[in-house]
Amino acid sequence: MNQPTPASALKRFGGRYGNTMFIALALIGIAILVNVTPLKEQTWLRVLFGISALNFTLRATVPLVLGALSGILCERSGIINIGIEGMMLAGAFGGFVAKTSTNHWPLAASLIFSVAVAVAIGGLMGAVHALFSIRFRMDQIISGTVIIIFALGTTSYLYNRDAIAEGKFSSIALPGLARIPVVGPVLFDNPPITYLALIMVVVVHVALFYTRWGLRTRAVGEHPRAADTVGINVNRYRYVNTSLGGMLAGLAGAFLVLEAVGQFQEGMTAGRGFISLAAMIFGNWNPFGALGAATLFGYTQALQNELLLAGVTRVPRQFISMLPYVVTIIAVSGLVGRVRPPAAEGKVYETEGSQ
Amino acid sequence: MATASTTTGFIRPLRALIIPFLALLVALLAGAVVMLLSGDDPLAAYSGLFQGAFGDGKSWARTIRKTVPFVLTGLSVALAFKVGLFNIGASGQFVIGSVFAVAVGINFDGLPAFIHLPLALIAGIAGGLLWGAIPGFLKVYTGAHEVIVTIMLNYVASLLGGWTVYAGGTQGQTPGPLWDRTAGAISETPDVLSSAQLPWLFGPPYRVHYGIFLALAAAILIWWLIFKTPLGFEMRTVGHNMRAARYAGIRVNYTIILAMALAGGLAGLAGAIETLGLNHKFAPEFGGAVGFDGITVALLGQTHPIGVLLAAFMFGALDGGAAAMQFESGVPADIIQIIQALVLAFVAAPLIIRMIFRLRRQTHGDAGSPVSASWSGP
Repeated sequence: MNQPTPASALKRFGGRYGNTMFIALALIGIAILVNVTPLKEQTWLRVLFGISALNFTLRATVPLVLGALSGILCERSGIINIGIEGMMLAGAFGGFVAKTSTNHWPLAASLIFSVAVAVAIGGLMGAVHALFSIRFRMDQIISGTVIIIFALGTTSYLYNRDAIAEGKFSSIALPGLARIPVVGPVLFDNPPITYLALIMVVVVHVALFYTRWGLRTRAVGEHPRAADTVGINVNRYRYVNTSLGGMLAGLAGAFLVLEAVGQFQEGMTAGRGFISLAAMIFGNWNPFGALGAATLFGYTQALQNELLLAGVTRVPRQFISMLPYVVTIIAVSGLVGRVRPPAAEGKVYETEGSQ
Repeated sequence: MATASTTTGFIRPLRALIIPFLALLVALLAGAVVMLLSGDDPLAAYSGLFQGAFGDGKSWARTIRKTVPFVLTGLSVALAFKVGLFNIGASGQFVIGSVFAVAVGINFDGLPAFIHLPLALIAGIAGGLLWGAIPGFLKVYTGAHEVIVTIMLNYVASLLGGWTVYAGGTQGQTPGPLWDRTAGAISETPDVLSSAQLPWLFGPPYRVHYGIFLALAAAILIWWLIFKTPLGFEMRTVGHNMRAARYAGIRVNYTIILAMALAGGLAGLAGAIETLGLNHKFAPEFGGAVGFDGITVALLGQTHPIGVLLAAFMFGALDGGAAAMQFESGVPADIIQIIQALVLAFVAAPLIIRMIFRLRRQTHGDAGSPVSASWSGP
């Protein structure tokens, strides 16, 4: 099990952010080459690396990377969050309800308000998860499952099929940058939550590894007893982080409703929360690793879409649709090798003498 | 589940039932509050629910019919829990079991029923076994967490099941191997031959098949396996403390793979029974929502086979009554899902129920041992 694999060689190359970032960068490099050279006849290369494939990749990546960041925040502090799917769905629904009830407001105000509501609902779900896990010492995986079932049931129960959200976020081209060939239209001509998600990767990275709060969060997740001994309030850090994580999942939900689709659909998260978890693990609990993994998973979804649209293959569509899931399984089992989760994850922390 | 893992007898004192019962009560009350807040009438809803579940012979038949798959998927998840594994994959295993059973059921014309039917059931179990063994293998040999793998395999199974009955695509894609050629553009299999159908215990309009006895037999068999055999002892030991089990010389890897495979086999049997007994064919919409509910059933039943039977019956009643409730009172059937989530929350966190009812604590540390401690493998 400890033999050197291609993955481990890549890992050394990729340094501390894991191998995933490297794979993602390699893909982007190939894509730029394909798009700036005239390859009119090469339908396959267009399908694999066309601008539209890359655009779709980014759109599919945003909710995954936000979900993965949500997982990182929770798990770095020692709380397993399998309920990202539910938090995302609840956030999406909250955003949708807020949008439909403020349709008469100016579009920008209504959208921003809806994002705020989605984030708040996500945060609330995160807080409930923390409450279950910490105060009521529920098994964290079961608590996450409760969150998912509850979100599925509640959003379906309350969903009013006649409600329509009017308008969604549109792209903002960054002046100058958007003119760069290939990179411009893909990266610098996007709606706001996409930019925000990419910024959040940097923010979470800096916060986790270069601030006192981040150091303490990691201490709480690795060795709560030691953290407690030096005066860190373990459970307070876990409450705060899990709530923040919920907010990020809520933002992912807001992306789905207010930026990607424009409407709510029952069960619209469609497994994205779970794939985010895989991205988090694949990215070895690092924000940039998670971004790389999410890009890879997003790319498989884009590929699925492009292959079906281009009609270049006679493989039944079901097999093409399996791509993202199969790649996820391969990623968490084959490529990653041994990952190391935060040591104190999943365990209830009790201060001495509390029993 | 500290209470569950110490439960070794066939029938425990009623005490084990107190928490689930109170949990159900509180969940129903909370559901009523939700209905009141959104302007629905909880009394009408609950009376519709009760009528739909137990109102007359047909309602009883529906409740029993719906109980059968819950028993088996509940047992599937419960068995995995006993080994410290979380099987979220029951719905995928259910689908693969259905497909395998139907593949045998629509072929082999002329076989006598006493060979054909068992063969189809065994095929269903085998399909589930294989599908369940995959996450076990991956966990043991690569450290991939079974939660992620089983969830992903659910999607794959659902697509695979969809492909087997695929009517073909506009770009010349070949139709799936089990597709009914006479069905035109509809994606479904032909009907299962009558020699492979589970016979009715009570025929139409009641439509109760012999699957209920298979489910009961499976519950007894799993109880015997877990509590009365050396293998069951090994499974429970691995579930309690994997490291200690390894030091004690138990083949941990083997136990994990076997447990996941058996769990898959149970869910596969559920799929086989549903297709051979009730639907008599497979189509993509006969998917495995039942598999996800298996988690709730297993936890509600405190992962004990007898508890699973009771919990499955409760779920059968809730599910059987839901449609009637929606019809009678206009309350969306989705409220049942909310109630189920609340029941699960209260059962998994007995502290909440103990706090509400001011029950005294049974033992030190109600929290129980974690289901799955961490993401990395054994």
